[in-house]
Amino acid sequence: MTLPVLQIEGVSKRFGNNLANDDISLTLAKGEIIALLGENGAGKTTLMSILFGHYTPDAGRIVVDGTELPPGKPRAAIRAGVGMVHQHFSLAPNLTVLENVMTGTESLWAVKSQTGAARRKLLSISERFGLRIDPDKRLGDLSVGEQQRVEILKSLYNDARILILDEPTAVLTNIEAERLFTVLKDMARQGLSLIFISHKLDEVMAAADRIVVLRRGKTVAERRASDSSKAELAELMVGRQVERPVREPSTPGALALAARDITVWVNGVARLKSISFALREGEILGIVGVSGNGQAVLGQMLFGTCARTSGTLELFGKPVADLTVPDVVDAGIGRIPEDRNHEGAIGEMAIWENAVLERISSPAFSKNGLVNRNAGMAFARRIIEEFDVRGGTPQTRARLLSGGNLQKLILGRNLLQNPRILIAAQPTRGLDEGAVAAVHARLLAARKEGAAVLLISEDLDEVIRLADRIQAIVGGLLSPPVEAADADARKLGLMMAGEWREVEDAV
Amino acid sequence: MTQLIDIFASIGLWSAVLRIATPLILGTLGALLCERSGVLNLGIEGIMTFGAMIGWLSVYHGADLWTGLLIAAIAGGLFGVLHSFLTVTLGLSQHVSGLGVTLFASSFSYYVFRMVVPVANTPPTIVPFQPLDIPVLSSLPFFGPAFFTQTAPTYLAIIIALLLAYIIFRTPMGLAIRMTGENPHAAEAQGVNPMVIRYGAVIAGSALMGAGGAFLTLAAFDSFFPTMMQGRGWICIALVVFASWRPGRALFGALLFAFFEAFQLRMQTMLGGAVPYQLFLMTPYILSIVALALMARRARVPQALMQPYRRGER
Repeated sequence: MTLPVLQIEGVSKRFGNNLANDDISLTLAKGEIIALLGENGAGKTTLMSILFGHYTPDAGRIVVDGTELPPGKPRAAIRAGVGMVHQHFSLAPNLTVLENVMTGTESLWAVKSQTGAARRKLLSISERFGLRIDPDKRLGDLSVGEQQRVEILKSLYNDARILILDEPTAVLTNIEAERLFTVLKDMARQGLSLIFISHKLDEVMAAADRIVVLRRGKTVAERRASDSSKAELAELMVGRQVERPVREPSTPGALALAARDITVWVNGVARLKSISFALREGEILGIVGVSGNGQAVLGQMLFGTCARTSGTLELFGKPVADLTVPDVVDAGIGRIPEDRNHEGAIGEMAIWENAVLERISSPAFSKNGLVNRNAGMAFARRIIEEFDVRGGTPQTRARLLSGGNLQKLILGRNLLQNPRILIAAQPTRGLDEGAVAAVHARLLAARKEGAAVLLISEDLDEVIRLADRIQAIVGGLLSPPVEAADADARKLGLMMAGEWREVEDAV
Repeated sequence: MTQLIDIFASIGLWSAVLRIATPLILGTLGALLCERSGVLNLGIEGIMTFGAMIGWLSVYHGADLWTGLLIAAIAGGLFGVLHSFLTVTLGLSQHVSGLGVTLFASSFSYYVFRMVVPVANTPPTIVPFQPLDIPVLSSLPFFGPAFFTQTAPTYLAIIIALLLAYIIFRTPMGLAIRMTGENPHAAEAQGVNPMVIRYGAVIAGSALMGAGGAFLTLAAFDSFFPTMMQGRGWICIALVVFASWRPGRALFGALLFAFFEAFQLRMQTMLGGAVPYQLFLMTPYILSIVALALMARRARVPQALMQPYRRGER
């Protein structure tokens, strides 16, 4: 075997009481793609931040091409040819693509930026790796996928030979993700070495040569992708067998929510076009679709944050006029918003405040205009206990919770109110295996209790497993429902492509 | 109506515009430089006052005028160090720190001034900068006396505006400053140290503010009195927004404000008896609020303005 381009030797890092990395070693060969697999909090990002010089390790060393990197110096890492693509992009929306790429690449005391040469270099790189981009566009005007392309180009522009990608697909649609992996494989063929962080088994199996599994800060296993299986990896990652809960048969009850011919215009564009659906108590109705096809607006319309242009909406047989947020809360509709960090919680406020905020004026939590702090804290403690929210007390700021635990908090504050209707928009997006299983179990439990659950998701497996009936949303149009028993990935794929008429004919 | 035309045709109006604009140009550029790196510097009002005082005092004690201007700039820079330490190193609220610097610098100016200069009915004076003759241009009819009989610091201010525009948009340093103001984490990831950039920008910006203040006592007038700043620093803060953080537009904005100011002074003399003069005094401020409201809606604020940067924290 040739000399590895990168060696990580015995790296350890402690944050307070938490040993984030415990004696981790790893080697990376030229032209190789390694996947770093692990649940949230397993220490993947910490390890990569140490490699890139964002953190100084407590022990261990990083060797690139036989030379040890000085710890805690991003600049030295860049110079050694290490590039990092963060999950949350390090980009400035107000600057152009070229400006974002060029920052820091020239001597700060140069009297003139060599923009012409920089533009040529950028274009030649983007040509070579098939990463098409307009260098003079303002970054903020690009789509998320294009912004990620800029992040990758930035590293390549700095002559990176080792590229680290932190959960690169977390923000991408399925199609964008596929395209990304094609590009990454091409880069490896051209001699670059890559490490990508992920907790998604499918993409790890599909894209990596070798898979390193991290759990609680330790490397627990290393497998060649060809010698492993999804089941084995899942078990290694979680440390026990993960069983996703299964749906039991149930008899749906009365009609809870009926939408007829609903159309919503947003900024002069029809985002929902005369859609109809019926949701009954004790069932889960799944709405599948590639993101950007109107499901976000559908969620907002039902949450009361976006008014419908026309159509009728009935709650328990009674027509409702314009829905406002208080109406929704008073009607006992539980909400799990798509963007849990921005719509679902206020990061800088405590867990207990987030738990009671939407019902703060109800007598349970306030009296004579004063907040009943004790009741709020007790409620938060109940959520933490019953929903297994880890990583904080009621006083902890919500921002410090991991995605999965924040989602459990949001689920808890809704489900403890025994909602009659629950609207869950992309409830497991970005969550790891364990948290996904927990969320699924809760949704099924709510169904069993007789709640009517609307599940909006782009994860086909999830919808097939949980929903009783499934409708696809495409370009603001909603397909007729199919029974989950009759649905499979192929059929749903056709429906999501807008070809549900063919599916109906086939049934 | 003919009177209005007389005002516009008068040489005095136009030469006053440039004179009134100079401290605003320097102050606005200083505030702009700080803000481009992500630091709001509300210390400006106090820093300009201190610059006016220390510049004047140096000359009063025998320094030559350029040395006085330089000392004012250095003193401004020192206040910049203070503001950077509070906002960049300690990461304190930029509003509170800036207002603190203003209160401290203003009072300190008065204290130092009173320590050295006893109370008197007529404040002592110095010999200020004299108008500079530029060959050919100064001898042009009308345009010569209207635009080219300014003191040297005025020309310098205009040159600095153009220079700063070049630095911000055409050099790697300018890009590093802008990136730091937009996203310090990204700057750090690219090997630029946001702390160093912010210190540098705030110190240089504060030096410009100090020099802008000194122009008042070394060129526009010949003496110092503690209340002379009259909110010019705050006008500069507004002009930065008006200029959408671009030095060229900052120059234009300062000239526009100075034009309103010069114009209202002449309106006062013209209609002095009929209309209370306080009404005219207000007009530049009202017009700048209107202009700000129109312009600021399209402005692109540096995204990391007022956000302290801490390493390793998102």
